[in-house]
Amino acid sequence: MGELGYLAVLSSLFVPLVGTLAVGFIDRNQKKAIQWTTLVFSLISFVLSLPLLTSFNLSDSGFQFEINKVWIASLGVGFHLGVDGMSALLVVLTTLIMPIAIFSSFDAINKREKEYYAMLLFLQFGMTGVFLALDTFLFYVFWELILIPMYFLIGIWGGQDRIYAAVKFFLYTVVGSLLMLVAIVWLGYYAQQNAGGFTADIVKLREIAPTIPSHIQQWMFLAFALSFCIKVPLFPLHTWLPDAHVQAPTAGSVILAGILLKLGTYGLIRFNLELFPQASVTFAPILSTLAVIGIIYGALVAIVQTDVKKLVAYSSVSHLGFVVLGIFSMNQEGVQGAIIQMINHGLSTPMLFLCVGVIYERRHTRDISEFGGLTSVMPRFCVLFAIAMFASVGLPGLNGFVGEYLTLVGAFQSPYLHSWWYAILSATGVIFAAVYLLWMFQRVMFGTNDNPKNHSLQDVTRNEMATLIPLVILIVWLGVYPQSFMKYSAQSTKSVVEKIHKHHQGTMQASR
Amino acid sequence: MIEQVYLIPLLPLIGFVVLGLFGKRIGNEKLLGMIGASTVGAGFLIALSIFFGMTGMQPEERSHVVRLFTWIHAGDFTADLAYRVDQLSILFTMIITGIGFLIHVYSIGYMHGDKSFFRFFAYLNLFVFMMLNLVLANNFLVTFLGWEGVGLASYLLIGFWYDQKFEGTNITWTGDAAKKAFIVNRIGDFGMLIAMFIAYQYTGSLDYDKLQTAVVGGLIPAHIITYMGLAIFLGCTGKSAQIPLGVWLPDAMAGPTPVSALIHAATMVTSGIFLIARTNVVFASSHTTLAVVTGVGICTAFFAATVGIAQNDIKKVLAYSTVSQLGFMFIALGVGAFWVGVFHVMTHAFFKALLFLGAGSVIHGMHHEQDIMKMGGLKKHMKITHLTFFIGTLAIAGIPGLSGFFSKDEILWKAFSSGSPVLWGVGVAAAFCTAFYMFRMFYLTFHGEERFDHHHVHPHESPLSMTFPLMVLAVFSIIGGYFGIPHAVGALLGHAPNLLEHWLEPVFADADKILNHSHAAHVEPIEYGLMVTSTVIAIIGIFLARSLYRNYGKASTEPTAKLGGLHALLSKKYLVDELYQAVFVNTFYTLSNSFLWKIFDVKGIDGVVNGTAQLIGGTAERLRRIQTGVAQNYAVMMMAGIVAVLGYMVFVR
Repeated sequence: MGELGYLAVLSSLFVPLVGTLAVGFIDRNQKKAIQWTTLVFSLISFVLSLPLLTSFNLSDSGFQFEINKVWIASLGVGFHLGVDGMSALLVVLTTLIMPIAIFSSFDAINKREKEYYAMLLFLQFGMTGVFLALDTFLFYVFWELILIPMYFLIGIWGGQDRIYAAVKFFLYTVVGSLLMLVAIVWLGYYAQQNAGGFTADIVKLREIAPTIPSHIQQWMFLAFALSFCIKVPLFPLHTWLPDAHVQAPTAGSVILAGILLKLGTYGLIRFNLELFPQASVTFAPILSTLAVIGIIYGALVAIVQTDVKKLVAYSSVSHLGFVVLGIFSMNQEGVQGAIIQMINHGLSTPMLFLCVGVIYERRHTRDISEFGGLTSVMPRFCVLFAIAMFASVGLPGLNGFVGEYLTLVGAFQSPYLHSWWYAILSATGVIFAAVYLLWMFQRVMFGTNDNPKNHSLQDVTRNEMATLIPLVILIVWLGVYPQSFMKYSAQSTKSVVEKIHKHHQGTMQASR
Repeated sequence: MIEQVYLIPLLPLIGFVVLGLFGKRIGNEKLLGMIGASTVGAGFLIALSIFFGMTGMQPEERSHVVRLFTWIHAGDFTADLAYRVDQLSILFTMIITGIGFLIHVYSIGYMHGDKSFFRFFAYLNLFVFMMLNLVLANNFLVTFLGWEGVGLASYLLIGFWYDQKFEGTNITWTGDAAKKAFIVNRIGDFGMLIAMFIAYQYTGSLDYDKLQTAVVGGLIPAHIITYMGLAIFLGCTGKSAQIPLGVWLPDAMAGPTPVSALIHAATMVTSGIFLIARTNVVFASSHTTLAVVTGVGICTAFFAATVGIAQNDIKKVLAYSTVSQLGFMFIALGVGAFWVGVFHVMTHAFFKALLFLGAGSVIHGMHHEQDIMKMGGLKKHMKITHLTFFIGTLAIAGIPGLSGFFSKDEILWKAFSSGSPVLWGVGVAAAFCTAFYMFRMFYLTFHGEERFDHHHVHPHESPLSMTFPLMVLAVFSIIGGYFGIPHAVGALLGHAPNLLEHWLEPVFADADKILNHSHAAHVEPIEYGLMVTSTVIAIIGIFLARSLYRNYGKASTEPTAKLGGLHALLSKKYLVDELYQAVFVNTFYTLSNSFLWKIFDVKGIDGVVNGTAQLIGGTAERLRRIQTGVAQNYAVMMMAGIVAVLGYMVFVR
């Protein structure tokens, strides 16, 4: 069984890369061939990634299916891959969302298909790499690699202000990652000074980094956190997101919301919590406060949006706030809740974007006031859109509730936050979520269909159904029986939480 | 049979899935209606057999937990999907499935010919499923699943006719009313969330019995119990339409009438009473909480009753009457008489479902006319509807012998004996208004001159599928009270036993102990005096209405209009909707739109970002020049950067 896991690690990383090359060999006029080759490669990577979950050893809190080859020997940089419960889930989320994003592009993308599909697969390569990398340098390379295809996806296939949005996305991210690079180098240097050799190996750093004196740990923490919080995005670093979403093509938004935003929250757990436990305790109240502000702020601003896509974009700011809040609760309820909330947001928000894509393809506008009463002509779409909306609203029984609830429980009890107010204020976000989503839904779907341009809109096509139905199934599954997914993150989360607790106790005793 | 309790919610769930997925293909109205009704009817039979099984057990053995699977588990947190069968939940289950079944049958006639017939039954089944989860839950979280789930079903059913208009403050479409209901309920759900956080923090669990043990055992500080009770109660004010969150219920009348009967009168809106009954020790342990519950209950009962006087939409009169009656139930809970609150839930479910279905029958016969000013004289056109409606009206007015009398009188007595004479006085005033507006509506609808347009409207009696449920409910509206005969009345009837109080006693035993309540059947003479007084006052209300409205004609003017400004204020519902709109909705909208988004986000944060970008020597300008569009260049630059850093490292080393 174990061998399948190693195969899954390698294939989920390299199948997309091979796919990128394969698409490169196809004649650019063979559009069908390009599309289907891309889809087949992404489906293969999905199927081959499944052993990450099926072969996973649930009682092991460490990394599994590790592959470790020396890369730059003099620097202790290794080509080190592997997964724990969190990254296994996120890799499978990636390999799941990609075929959906790719298939949804078949009708929507009509220029420079060859580059487009090659970019998508290359992007998948980069994102999977980030989740699999167990070496800080390798992580950084993949992290930066993602920028390129994403920049072009927005810049070439985007909407009217695509250049502005792409540059903004690029600048924001680069600023953050530069500091992260400095911190990565410093970490290796510290290992050289104190642990007998320069290393970038995350497994080793997990042992070494917590011994860093706390005032330096705090700088390290901040350097990583800035980079990740921009990616999340955490208030007030979020303003690139609405522009990027609005300008990106549907598939771009699906990937952005489904996977890219999780890179940030993944990094917060993998690096900030695991490497700098004392600093995490120090900064938890600050980052949690920003998360709470983001939850409410994102929701309030979402209420007044007139562009459906922008509305969903701001809803992401709000929803990701729950993830950050859960992470910095630093108890098991909170962190496991944050992880499942990442998965949930990675399913329901892509579905919302796909739904927005459905009406955009028909009308080429996303202005809410252009719509109304669509249910009368698109009854099947109404049902699917409603499911995505209620999942996002956090209705119990659908997926969104589980993560939101656990992160709030975590925050309420967190021994590091010392206050009920984080959870109580954040819980108002649940009210506002109903306000912005239901109001939007009301204006788009209900009432009479009195705009002549909407009179003969086609209901969802079979192709569109093919992208939406898998998400519906998962949304219900995760809502009714989340244990099938939450069990993966139980052990690794437990060890992180205990580690923070231990170091915190240590500091408390030292200060006494 | 108890182990199979999960079948009761499972059947309607299957019904929902089958109707939702294949309903359109099935197409046949009779078959669709049969599927919808039979899943609920079968549930009722199972509930009955469980109930009779329980009657054969010792009282303390009647509580039973059936675990299905672990729903959410993280760290120490565990919540199972588990059902708890006990005296309280089985009672609610029987009410929900019993009345639910009748209303499904009724809907076959009422919804005949609707283009989305299957969708209606699918939603109704979904509602029953969620409502059963709410009451059968063994822990807060499953109740919350049902709690929000009935909110969803309510949303879907209020907006069922999504392309129709509906009049209301800032409401244009039925969908607006649906959205309002969901959002206002969400404010209440926020309270529920907080209560759950507290419960888990202090008991390490969300199970009701753990909470009860912890509260009784004094493991939770008193002020925390108060917070928790108030948080739960916030949820109850949402679901059960009490002040300050009651504004959604009158607008919920946008839904088809069977929905109003089932969800917005008989079952869902009593969730708040159920939840307080379920967590009774939390309330019994805090005088503050009890006082708040009583205060809110009496205010709601009174103000909603006064508004009912000035409404002309048959369903809105009933809606305000429901709000008012729910207020009465909260008074009972607030003075610690938990079983009485549950008793009124039961009798109210019978007569209010009857009244709503009767109103539906009238609306059906009047071709969707709902304005009672445009009715009149329907008595001779709709004999069964008229008679059953009359019974329902007598019951709600509190005429001795009918179900409403028993429960309402017991509430008033408890308000007097455990509360204060003032509480009793206001309660009686509300009861007077109730008798008045209900008979005003009755006479305007069925008596007096026929005020409708005879060319277009030909009133007719409804089909048997609709009148049959009316007749069954009419019977129960009469006899329903004899399950809970108050001691004072029982003493007159040869010491008739109070079956319901006795049945529910174990559920409330701990709370009664905390409150020092005894169940000794002593009767105070003053109780008879109060009973006669309140009955006479109700009868005065009835005769006042009769004298003013029995012969109401086309040319008549509304007598209450003489009240002038007061009448205007009542007909505009004390302008609460307008107030909320101005204070909350507009404030949040303006703040979000004009400040947070357009200034703070776009000018503030983005201004800083863009400004910084320009400041750093036109970084953007340079980036544009580098933008050759060739991916390789970027990769090369990126690698160059990394190599440079690595080189620096090596060099330093």
